[in-house]
Amino acid sequence: MEAGLPHAARGRAARLGALVESREVLGWALVTPALALLLVFLAYPFLLGLWLSLTDSRIADPGRFVGLENFRYLVGDAVFRLAVFNTLLYAGVAVALKFVLGFALALLVNRQFWGKRFVRAAMLLPWIVPTSLSALVFYWIYDSQFSVLTWALRALGLVSRPINYLGDPDLARASLIAANVWRGVPFFAIGLLAGLQTVPRELYEAAQMDGAGRWAQFRFVTWPLVLPVSVVVTVFSTIMTVGDFQLIWIVTKGGPANATHLFGTLAYQRAIQGGFLGEGAAVAVFVLPVLVACVALAYRTLRRED
Amino acid sequence: MDGRRITRRRFLQDSARAASALALTAWGLEGARGTASAQELSFPVERGASLRVLRWSQFVTTDRPIFEQNAARFTQRTGVPVRVEYETWTDVQPKAAAAANVGSGPDIVIGFFDEPHLWADKLVPVTDLAQYLGRKYGGWFDVCPQYGYSPQRNAWIATPIGAPGVAINYRVSWVREAGFDPDPARFPRTTDEFLRLCRALRARGHPTGFALGKAVGDGNTWVHWCLWAFGGRVLAPDNRTLTINSPETANALEYARALYETMIPGVAGWLDPHNNRAFLAGEISLTNNGISIYFAAKNDFPEIAQDMNHAVFPVGPVGRPTELHLFSQAYIFSYTRYPNAAKEFLRWIMEDTQYARWINGMLGYVSHPLRAYTNLTVWRSDPKALPFRDAVARMLPHSYAGRPGPEAARAMAEFVVVDMFADACTGRRSVRDAIRAAEDRLRRIYRS
Repeated sequence: MEAGLPHAARGRAARLGALVESREVLGWALVTPALALLLVFLAYPFLLGLWLSLTDSRIADPGRFVGLENFRYLVGDAVFRLAVFNTLLYAGVAVALKFVLGFALALLVNRQFWGKRFVRAAMLLPWIVPTSLSALVFYWIYDSQFSVLTWALRALGLVSRPINYLGDPDLARASLIAANVWRGVPFFAIGLLAGLQTVPRELYEAAQMDGAGRWAQFRFVTWPLVLPVSVVVTVFSTIMTVGDFQLIWIVTKGGPANATHLFGTLAYQRAIQGGFLGEGAAVAVFVLPVLVACVALAYRTLRRED
Repeated sequence: MDGRRITRRRFLQDSARAASALALTAWGLEGARGTASAQELSFPVERGASLRVLRWSQFVTTDRPIFEQNAARFTQRTGVPVRVEYETWTDVQPKAAAAANVGSGPDIVIGFFDEPHLWADKLVPVTDLAQYLGRKYGGWFDVCPQYGYSPQRNAWIATPIGAPGVAINYRVSWVREAGFDPDPARFPRTTDEFLRLCRALRARGHPTGFALGKAVGDGNTWVHWCLWAFGGRVLAPDNRTLTINSPETANALEYARALYETMIPGVAGWLDPHNNRAFLAGEISLTNNGISIYFAAKNDFPEIAQDMNHAVFPVGPVGRPTELHLFSQAYIFSYTRYPNAAKEFLRWIMEDTQYARWINGMLGYVSHPLRAYTNLTVWRSDPKALPFRDAVARMLPHSYAGRPGPEAARAMAEFVVVDMFADACTGRRSVRDAIRAAEDRLRRIYRS
């Protein structure tokens, strides 16, 4: 026995060693925990959402398979079509503005000046503040009677009566886009700033020696090198903007007359408040093409960068 | 329980009989107590029971302490610990929905409108409790069985708690200045007279304000009142036929457009809190609200509290009250391990000692669902609370003339009627187009 034990132990150790040294086994062993987390917390809810969108499930009622009926219903639904328009407008305008303003801010804070660190930290504040809190602030800023903005404009003599920020559909959309831009600019600024700081100083020096002016330096040095990170930041921001919920829900709840409903708020209203889980899930699933396009773009850009 | 089949008709008949008895014998609360001895009911609580209660956050500051005192007394009496959790009133339903779906969560939910009908088969029937309370306290008001009784289950599935009532809130001095008598008893009683008052107020620089945004309470209550006052309604009593596209609805919208001209700019985006703030700031002279504005004014703006009063909604061409109030009811999920303890708790909070303390303490923020409570002290102690007294007695269910249920819940969750009024009032759509748009949405909801 005594002689056999070390032999058996050696055998086990050898087998274990072989397993550990096997690329495939070790790879799977290391990936499995992450994979399990992804399956439980991402794949399962995602697949459940897909399944629900194909059923007439209501709250407390699993429902039955109805194929594409929910999607057919939504395509003919005026409120849903309005939500599609709102979402595209909201995301398109907000992301474009955030990109331009964020890039400008990144270029500014990339320069050397006194208090640069403080400014860079302060710049992040709108992004750091919880969305629900900043949404409440905008709820007050856009109040039809007590808006500080209106008060300031009246004090300056620029307007003579209260501004109906959230009562007029176009103004309500513009107000929410402005709030989203305020909150999202730091994300662009900080992301693009990181990109700007990777541009080697020598390239600018070489460009200057070649007689390039500021615009030429930006056009032929900065822009090409920052482009990959710009795409990634823009894609992430688009995904977050399309999925926005808190700001809209707190400030307008999708009103007036559904003029500010996005996919997220409409899905919540129909699935949870209205109780029609299947249809609400279908509203959410309609976001997929937008998000898949964004992810594909990001993936392609990242691969090209590699 | 006598084993007879319980139907909605039977409960309505019982309620009517009880109402007659109430009128004939001039029962007050004392009278109701006097007949109670032979009707006592108590549910034997399960060993080791404990309860989780989810309810709406308080609107008036005295609500929560008194509710929790009542719960603590229940614990002292039965040994059953009660944990009360609060959510903003519009968030109770999503929480309850999650609980219904996963089969776990609070034992009792105190929610609004037709929530129990959304998950009727997941609830503990409370017919015995409802019958007992009805018998003991002079019967339920007519709207109560419509909300509490489920034809699908052939049983009561919820216990009506009452309704935060909504009334016209107005500034006394400005109404007088406009040439009208501010006494609630002589306040405009017809929609025509009411419009004249609102126009006169506006002409004197005191606009009115009624929410037309996604205001669950303030928006829905006034637009449904207006719709029904002119004979418009979403559904026929068969609960299937859509009747929104009618000349009566068009008349209601035309009236609302005229009323809209008396309103302060911005109401199209108003949510529930907006009119409270505007009224307390003196920006508007008249709005629809619960007693919470008065409650806040008494604490923080005594001069406004003194200069404000309440009146019931005026009656329209249909010639009878057509009010909607925020009907609240408690229901017990069948996944609870302690159904008896839960029923006993609901019985306890609805009994006169506890219920009277709660409603009186809230200054009448919640109007009672049981006829005997018409005699509560609060309805006599402050004349300004009186217009809220009969809110439940006067109200119609939001699904009128149909039944509460998933479709009605969805129509309300999607603000179909509010949006129709908002479209017509703001001129985004003509009256005819606003009705058609609403009809289209309702058709889809009721067909689905």
